[in-house]
Amino acid sequence: MSNSISTSIKSFYEYEGKHRGILGWILSTDHKRIGLLYLWSMVGFFLVGVFLGFLMRLEMLSMGKTIMGPQTYNAIFTLHGIIMIFLFIVPGIPAAFGNFFLPIMIGAEDVQFPRLNLLSWWLYVTGGLFAIISLFLSGGPIDTGWTFYVPYSIRTTTQVILPLIAAFILGFSSILTGINFITTVHRMRAKGMTFFKLPLFVWALYATGWIQIIGTPVIGITILLVIIERVFSVGLFDPALGGDPILFQHLFWIYSHPAVYIMILPAMGVVSEIIPTFARKHIFGYKAIAFSSLAIAFIGTLVWGHHMFTSGMSDTARWVYSFLTYIVALPSAVKVFNWVATMYKGSIRMSAPFVFVMAFIVLFSIGGLTGLILGSVATNVHVHDTYFVVAHFHFVMFGGTGFIFFAALHYWFPKMFGKMYNEKIAMTAVGILTIGFLMLYFTMFILGYEGMPRRYYDYLPQFQFLHILATVGSWVLISGLLLMFGNLLYSLRKGASAKANPWNGMTLEWMTSSPPPFENFNYHPEIKFGPYEYEHYEEAVKDEYK
Amino acid sequence: MEEKPVHQEHKNSPGYGYNILIWLTLISLTCVSVAVAGLDLGAYILLTALVIATIKSTLVINIFMHIKFDDPIFKLFFSLIIFTLFVLFVLTAFDILYR
Amino acid sequence: MSTNSHNIAHHRDDFGSKMGMWLFLFTELILFGGLFIMYMVYRVEYSEQFHLAAKELNLALGTINTLILLTSSLTMVLSIVAIGRGSKKISIFYLISTILLALGFMVIKAFEWGAKFSHGLYPGGTELANLSNGEVIFFGMYFVMTGLHALHVLIGIVILSFMLVFLLRDKINKDNYIKLEAGGLYWHLVDLIWIYLFPLFYLLH
Repeated sequence: MSNSISTSIKSFYEYEGKHRGILGWILSTDHKRIGLLYLWSMVGFFLVGVFLGFLMRLEMLSMGKTIMGPQTYNAIFTLHGIIMIFLFIVPGIPAAFGNFFLPIMIGAEDVQFPRLNLLSWWLYVTGGLFAIISLFLSGGPIDTGWTFYVPYSIRTTTQVILPLIAAFILGFSSILTGINFITTVHRMRAKGMTFFKLPLFVWALYATGWIQIIGTPVIGITILLVIIERVFSVGLFDPALGGDPILFQHLFWIYSHPAVYIMILPAMGVVSEIIPTFARKHIFGYKAIAFSSLAIAFIGTLVWGHHMFTSGMSDTARWVYSFLTYIVALPSAVKVFNWVATMYKGSIRMSAPFVFVMAFIVLFSIGGLTGLILGSVATNVHVHDTYFVVAHFHFVMFGGTGFIFFAALHYWFPKMFGKMYNEKIAMTAVGILTIGFLMLYFTMFILGYEGMPRRYYDYLPQFQFLHILATVGSWVLISGLLLMFGNLLYSLRKGASAKANPWNGMTLEWMTSSPPPFENFNYHPEIKFGPYEYEHYEEAVKDEYK
Repeated sequence: MEEKPVHQEHKNSPGYGYNILIWLTLISLTCVSVAVAGLDLGAYILLTALVIATIKSTLVINIFMHIKFDDPIFKLFFSLIIFTLFVLFVLTAFDILYR
Repeated sequence: MSTNSHNIAHHRDDFGSKMGMWLFLFTELILFGGLFIMYMVYRVEYSEQFHLAAKELNLALGTINTLILLTSSLTMVLSIVAIGRGSKKISIFYLISTILLALGFMVIKAFEWGAKFSHGLYPGGTELANLSNGEVIFFGMYFVMTGLHALHVLIGIVILSFMLVFLLRDKINKDNYIKLEAGGLYWHLVDLIWIYLFPLFYLLH
């Protein structure tokens, strides 16, 4: 049924706009092309970040100086953080998959503001370039850690200003994406697409859009103030001039905590797409999942202080933030329970995206539960600033968002590129990735619990065995990554062509050809059923194809 | 495009006179707040200043920025943002006031 | 490609544009919100020094500037009312008045800042170095907050000048003035922030 469609109409790749060749991409306002531009640039930055992480682990292979000195190590963990957070995982799923699929999933031709959308990609690239250029400017690579804490970021002689400007620009790019998505969801839904017929990925992006709008300006102003403080020594945060460094931490985390929800919410949305498709069942608790996204977005904005339990904040504030932190665990748990309940009695098809999701649920649950240990003031004080925090963060961000980024890449690969990947190799890659991941990061929990502080290039002899284990884990992890990307790249050239609906999904992106035509549909989509009502599958598919 | 696009007119957009009236109110409120600041109100100085500023901003938002006449969704969004800002202030105050 | 879908895609959506503008304004509000949080923290910490330092500010100039901004907000609204009623010339008159008032605000602001600088009351200045920490912070906040606000006034002037060009070229007209409305919203936001800046800095003593 679908092959005839995909051959009879031109895909967006073949569509010829105003510009040709490379200009046809970097000046295109087509949301699908922008999504792919983001995807390629992000995968590029991700690999750089992975390489930096690899270097760090290599340094930790043996005690003392292995391949680099302390200053280089400081610079590398800072860059690893900046690249992975600001250039990969914050824009991550929304900018790549959100841009590509949000308009299709609601039956729209494009986003509300296509030109702003292109601008946001340009800002992203500019920010990325600034971050890279800063490495070669006077002072050398920034060494403050990705958190830019004052007073060190005011005092250090390394190049701080340009990376800060880069982060500011990237924030702007993120805001534009958020504004675009919210307006698009409100204004451009197809006929019959009510809010409660929206796919849950769209709900997640909607909630994310709000955090981007509410949170990002705060980091914007904070970064500006650090720049102003550094250039003019105004006396805003500098304790020598009466400033309050803890205030900087407040402002920094007012954004940067919600930012972790910017990172994870879209991933949760992808999970809510993949599970019903491969379990062939209506998602359990649609509204609960939809509203839990909004709840996470809101409560997540209120818990930033749990990053500052040891900073010298007042005791009252500590218990308040600790309490709020426990509350934010509730909507996250609601999601996990609903996913598991969806699979119950479903007819599950084991496929690479689904297996990624399984790995995600396990890893994210570990990450989430260790988050409770960190959210409680008493235990936090003991493991603060140790590898325990590093492990927790990587479990939720890499095991959470990272794995789902890969899941989304596999799930939507046929739709985006019109090709199928090799299933067996993909499955093997998931296995290797998970083993490497656990060797690398679970080890860090133990290291942290035993007292290994983070951000040191050296360690005491008793940590040696675990450090070696973690480093070997990093090698396994990287081979899994290479296998996965290699498989996808190979399939891009040599893979079999994909059908319009290879997974028998019910959301709108499967109701158009693979890859979709310019402006997404060659008919006017009209929505009669909810996105996961598989009991109506035959009818919906028959109805949508004309 | 079959039909000629027309600006989506607000039903009860106020005219010149009404806006000038609002402006006069804003000007008088400014004078009041300057005058009051001259008095020795002690601890209430900040409170009165903020109350007057809030009245002024409510007028600007509702009338000049048309929130009152626009779709209720803008009202909802705006309240959401103001509420969030308020909560950010309160949560920061938990640290500052009890340190 | 069916030509059908093209028509729909390029349908004008004033409501959507306005929503986008409002969302952007929210980010501006929160940007300044961050600064107001800082102000709160330091005002609690350095209450007395803030009162002392605020005496250096020129209340008369501050009040005049407040009146100017409020008036410019009025002329902005009137310009929109006028174009809605199809009176292009009146609309242009009010828009030009808005821009001129904005320029007036900037001139007065420049005099104010100039006076502070000539007294050595600037970051790194001789006079400021002799003051207490709280006063240094006060002036830090003063320069940053009014400076960022002034930057927004400048951006507003640029935006409104573009609007003026659009109006003159009939790109903004009776049937399509969402751009002018969006520009107006931005301008009111600038006013809105000043409504709070004024009492927090000038009405302290």
